[in-house]
Amino acid sequence: MSARDRILARLRAAEPGAPVAVPDVAGYYARRSRLTATELLSQLCARLRASRADVKVAAPDAWASVAAEALQQRGVRRLALGSCARAVTLAAALPDTIETVRFDGAIEGWKRALFETVDAGFTPASAGIAATGALLLNHGGALPRTLSLVPPVSLVCVDVHDLYDDLHHAASVQRWADDMPTNRVLVSSPSRTADIQQTLAYGAHGPRELIVVVIADGETA
Amino acid sequence: MSAQPLHFVSPAQFRGRVSEALADDGLRDNFRSAMNFLRDKRASQFPDPVETEALRDLGEAVRKHALAHLPALLEKLEANLQARGVEVHWADTPDEACALIHRIATEAGAQRVIKGKSMVSEEVELNHYLEARGIDCLESDMGEYIVQLAGERPSHIVMPAIHKTKQDIARLFEQKIPGAGYTEDVDALIHTGRQVLRERFMQADIGISGVNFAIAETGTLWLVENEGNGRLSTTVPDIHIAMMGIEKVVDTLEHALPLASLLPRSATGQAATTYFNLITGPRRPGDQDGPRRMHLVLLDNGRSQAYADAQLRATLQCIRCGACMNHCPVYARVGGHAYGTTYPGPIGQILSPHLLGLEASRDLPTASSLCGACAEVCPVRIPIPSLLMRLRTEANRAPGARTAQPLAGQGASFSLGQKLVWRFWSGIYARTGPYRLLRWAATRLRRWAPRRQMGWTQHRTPLVPAARSLHDLMKARRMAVSDRDVKKM
Repeated sequence: MSARDRILARLRAAEPGAPVAVPDVAGYYARRSRLTATELLSQLCARLRASRADVKVAAPDAWASVAAEALQQRGVRRLALGSCARAVTLAAALPDTIETVRFDGAIEGWKRALFETVDAGFTPASAGIAATGALLLNHGGALPRTLSLVPPVSLVCVDVHDLYDDLHHAASVQRWADDMPTNRVLVSSPSRTADIQQTLAYGAHGPRELIVVVIADGETA
Repeated sequence: MSAQPLHFVSPAQFRGRVSEALADDGLRDNFRSAMNFLRDKRASQFPDPVETEALRDLGEAVRKHALAHLPALLEKLEANLQARGVEVHWADTPDEACALIHRIATEAGAQRVIKGKSMVSEEVELNHYLEARGIDCLESDMGEYIVQLAGERPSHIVMPAIHKTKQDIARLFEQKIPGAGYTEDVDALIHTGRQVLRERFMQADIGISGVNFAIAETGTLWLVENEGNGRLSTTVPDIHIAMMGIEKVVDTLEHALPLASLLPRSATGQAATTYFNLITGPRRPGDQDGPRRMHLVLLDNGRSQAYADAQLRATLQCIRCGACMNHCPVYARVGGHAYGTTYPGPIGQILSPHLLGLEASRDLPTASSLCGACAEVCPVRIPIPSLLMRLRTEANRAPGARTAQPLAGQGASFSLGQKLVWRFWSGIYARTGPYRLLRWAATRLRRWAPRRQMGWTQHRTPLVPAARSLHDLMKARRMAVSDRDVKKM
């Protein structure tokens, strides 16, 4: 008998417990009050700033130049990009001092260059979560996982229309469970640790800095 | 890293180590301040008691539901992972788990392993197993890295190096990392660790991680972390091996959501950690990074013994936040190493007897005043004090006694002498005549009470019976009252 069969057989032979109802997760979240669009934006920004993210709110026609300026201020010289439409817009707004590195080709071909020569990575977020100040990155395909992980500066943009109250709100409206990409990541701050005497330090392994640009039109901005 | 085995302490020597730990003022200061810090952080995340209790109810309901359907959910998880190209392995014992991973490494010709934080890998002592077979295995969580560099084990399940000061770590880095000078600046220390580990992430052939929640419905592994080392370990190396206890599965993605809120708030007092890392399978066609092969090792190691019993099953509700240890008056005073187990504190006291048997862990369930602080903060409402009581009962049950679900090491604390004393005692209490005789003798012969009374007099003055029993005093009082009443008439 394999370990699998032995383990499953032992579990199936266990003493029956009291009957258990299916947990009403949706009911719990439905009882919570919903935020207005303005509140969503202000709460997301406040939570992210409290976790030491640099948050900027910009109009749809200005976000790329706001992002480019934030990169320039940090002395970024090489920016890694995926192949999405937002990346094209951002690339067009970059000054000459910032070189773009297109992430095309498997990581094996340029792992060391990615680790050692890229200053920043750009990833558009698919949702913003106001309750925890987190941004959803749907990695896989055109949006490689290491883009938001390896370069010391991480630049993320999010559309104000993609803001949700909490994880449950976003996961149910966007129907996350129906189509899981290789790697869904929620990011709420630069990489951090408090493993040395409970002292908070940033840039433990991942990005030391997180720049967030919220793209907002007139009504919500 | 040397292949020299670490100095492992056994939970069987718990009592001796408690005395040592209590006498170590520095250690007690470190734990006291760390526990205060973590308690305050947690409290700040749960300002509304109504919301807190409702969310804890929901967390408990999710975990109980998952356990009620555990075998079916494990099969569903396995099928959905396999459909995504993940190889699923099952291990009964720590040795089986280590051998499985060693085989994967050997078949891939892997030499270098980088690890994200995984308590299950600590439980099976994977680092030693692999290092003894010539495979380099490096911890990448800062706390775990520090503990590994020092040749120690974690003293806390969430904050592994909580017993160390920044001065300890400054000296350690200076000694062990070439080129690192002495500095107490925490940012500089973290930067040193980052430099060393980044190089190793690039070189590693295999990344090993734990799992916080496994979602059966989608075949997703949910990892919770702050540093990014978990993401790097599961993304950069060509092979990712995840390890989890069989209890970590939940049915749906929706079911994981309340747990993902409870875990960081209870553990480190954060609304959410820096990263929630939801992995659904290895690199797909069209992906440019991520591991090309992915494995999951499911470990039993005694969990099915806890599962067999309807009461002890609640042990497996745990989501490993560590709040019980942060709030435990015993853990806060003796620290994590005294327990000699992978999981210290209250959760370790109720889990370790299943992992190791009661023979090795019989003293652990006694290290509690049953104050109940652990149960009060547990995000999934594990009734830890009543489980401790139950394990005490099992440890003292006669070794041969027949029970429906006998525990390994049942009766480890059983002593025939003690059993007879209790039987004698309860016999006397049940009979009027012998009870009166004992009462008379105890009060009249009190000056012959022994000076040494076993465990009691180790820390206390000897017990001496009162000159008169309560019954005698009440009787005397009644007579005095009736005398007075007679005089009044």
